[in-house]
Amino acid sequence: MSEQEYYVPHGTYWPIIGSIGVSTLFVGFANQMHGVEWGASVMALGLAITVFMMFGWFGQVVNESTNGMYNKQVDRSFRWGMSWFIFSEVMFFAAFFGALFYARALSVPWLGGADNNIFTPDLWNAFSASWHQMAFLAPGTELQSGTTMSFPAVPEGLTIENATPADVVDPWGLPALNTALLLASGVTLTYAHHALRAGHRNQIIGWLVATIALGVAFLGFQIMEYSHAYADGLKMTTGIYGSTFYMLTGFHGFHVTVGAIMLTVILYRVQKGHFDADNHFGFEGVAWYWHFVDVVWLGLFVFVYWL
Amino acid sequence: MTTATASHDDHHHGPEKGLMRWVKTTNHKDIGSLYMWFAFIMLLIGGALAMGIRAELLAPGMQLMEPQFFNSLTTMHGLIMVFGAIMPAFVGLGNWLIPMMVGAPDMALPRMNNWSFWILPFAGGILLSTFFMEGGAPAFGWTFYAPLSTTFAPDSTDFFIFAVHLLGFSSIMGAINIIATVLNMRAPEMKLMDMPLFVWTWLITSFLLIGAMPVLAGAVTMMLTDRNFGTAFFDATGGGDPVMFQHIFWFFGHPEVYIMILPAFGVVSHIIPTFARKPLFGYSSMVYATASIAFLSYIVWAHHMFLTGMPVAGELYFMYATMLIAVPTGVKVFNWISTMWRGSMTFEAPMLWAVSFVFLFTIGGFSGLMLGIAPADIQYHDTYFVVAHFHYVLVTGALWSIIAATFYWLPKWTGKMYNEGLAKVHFWWAIISVNVLFFPQHFLGLAGMPRRIPDYSLQFADFNYISSIGGFAFGASFILLTYIIIDCVRNGKPAEARPWPSAKGLEWTLEPKAQYHSFNTPPSRKLIEQESQNS
Repeated sequence: MSEQEYYVPHGTYWPIIGSIGVSTLFVGFANQMHGVEWGASVMALGLAITVFMMFGWFGQVVNESTNGMYNKQVDRSFRWGMSWFIFSEVMFFAAFFGALFYARALSVPWLGGADNNIFTPDLWNAFSASWHQMAFLAPGTELQSGTTMSFPAVPEGLTIENATPADVVDPWGLPALNTALLLASGVTLTYAHHALRAGHRNQIIGWLVATIALGVAFLGFQIMEYSHAYADGLKMTTGIYGSTFYMLTGFHGFHVTVGAIMLTVILYRVQKGHFDADNHFGFEGVAWYWHFVDVVWLGLFVFVYWL
Repeated sequence: MTTATASHDDHHHGPEKGLMRWVKTTNHKDIGSLYMWFAFIMLLIGGALAMGIRAELLAPGMQLMEPQFFNSLTTMHGLIMVFGAIMPAFVGLGNWLIPMMVGAPDMALPRMNNWSFWILPFAGGILLSTFFMEGGAPAFGWTFYAPLSTTFAPDSTDFFIFAVHLLGFSSIMGAINIIATVLNMRAPEMKLMDMPLFVWTWLITSFLLIGAMPVLAGAVTMMLTDRNFGTAFFDATGGGDPVMFQHIFWFFGHPEVYIMILPAFGVVSHIIPTFARKPLFGYSSMVYATASIAFLSYIVWAHHMFLTGMPVAGELYFMYATMLIAVPTGVKVFNWISTMWRGSMTFEAPMLWAVSFVFLFTIGGFSGLMLGIAPADIQYHDTYFVVAHFHYVLVTGALWSIIAATFYWLPKWTGKMYNEGLAKVHFWWAIISVNVLFFPQHFLGLAGMPRRIPDYSLQFADFNYISSIGGFAFGASFILLTYIIIDCVRNGKPAEARPWPSAKGLEWTLEPKAQYHSFNTPPSRKLIEQESQNS
């Protein structure tokens, strides 16, 4: 296809299949949460339809690409699309980081009586404000939402002023190791990219496999980390620190999983010989995504585990 | 690997036959029409709910419905109008017009464009289905403040949350597509400062969408886990804070109101020069003003929360930052007026809507300034004054520009002219009734009538009666609008390629009914200069 022409694809069924899949998934999920029997199966059906759509849609794009139907302009459209998609993901995480900062800097101190808050002592008699929120109420107190909280004992003298997340989870154990793993995976991925530009397929495959292995190792350690935290009494239901901890690291872990799957697809495509030194946006898009996930982790390490 | 060559496109085929054309289509004109019709149907549904609200408020005392159902009506009316009518209508206009205006054959990512639209009917269906669920539809207001939406909400709220997720996917994909189209598919000879203002305003709106919609997704996700998985984001017993919900919501919500008005500014900046027969006054200041408004919209959110509790320093900051928006908005209003100054004006239907937009939107802008003054807002907050304010900016602002754009570009979409006489009757019917509907609400609010309440004390009876009568008349005007549009599509007289002789823009260089695939080869520099607004 020449540089002067525009590429406009034919009609397609994939979007409507995607809409049916995602809606089925959500309707199933909502029903499952409300305790409806068929909820989980409908959810699984919706997920299956969505995955089928992704295979079909992406497969079609891969076919068109390998058949040389895309020119530089299409390539640039994909680049704009991927970069602004990643920016939208950044803003999604920003909402949860915002919640973390708000709770840390404002709502927890206020509940503890900061800023001349004269109401707190009356409303919250047995209250001691400590970050990570494991000591607000007596064990077994019922929340507004109906959930019962059970808190482990708080170390003597721990308050919002002197407590850090390190009192719950040691950042220099597994989290530091995980930071090293993810940073290393960013380096190996860059080596894979250099190898791709130089046209050394065996090297690309080696570095890609290393990247995926580092990502999977990260996920494994993250599961260990969760089970430790859970055993120590840090749960989603134990207040705002647990909420932000699990939601932020959970969404991040989900993104690492998706990234690892995408890297595996790229590995398969490298073996198939889909890319050459100049034309490999599929690889680059996934690399951008992987680096984004890396950067989010750095934010998590600093603000959720360390400070 | 050879199967895909069968789907190689030859650019010259027309639309497919049959209903599946609309399901499979990747054509920006088809998708634009789908968006416009979807928005119109949602507008009628949302309008029907509003008729229910005004019927209940016709007289003091409980008239027709339970208070809970009344709250569902106000909630769903707001959600449907914002997410179902105004936003899809602007995306539809963007789809139809942007590729033609920048001399491109289609949107940059046509298959994703199809998905942006086809998520909407599913999201709308899920949202509307909540009316038929046990416990009723969401009744916490379109702003869904916690804990009303978490602790005290019906089960249907979870369906509402997923509907918002789907609407968010759709908006983000639409915005990404518009950015890629404007920046990458624009005719090679067209510089950024050659772009028509509708394209500029939509480009800037896209950045607002990509920045704001994911934050809304985050807010509803936190609601979902608070409701179902025991997190404590908005629950003070766990160290969270319901006020935090308002901060996150309005960090989305304030850019959202500019998402609904910036493309309107673009539309009006096309119509006024055409019918004043003068170039647009201050093209580049219009562009910079739009960008300034977009930037400011991210840093003023808490002016919606003056009464929910904030340090005084915060109130002052948000008040002054809000006042600042009046500057670029004033630049725009003065530019429109200067464009009309000493022009040889005529008042065809699009111009009537555009001129009345300038007048009525400015009223809404001024009442917004009043609300932005923190000490004065203590009196106005959560009264009918707020309702009057945002209906002046959204009905006689956003919706007005959508109707203006429909009449202005309908000849290009259909190749036919609408009935000018009927369109004028419709305009005067609508503009009189809409002011009878909303203007008395200012007085109600200043006198202290709270919003979202199905009953009221006796001193508010007269103005509510007048407002309701105006509401029914305004609602009925849409029957005539429906007739005018269908009549144009079916029986309209053939239109000329440039039905408005002094209109500028690449879209007018196309055939009277824009061909299914336009600008397969990009327009020349000479043509672009001839049709530029910046001259």
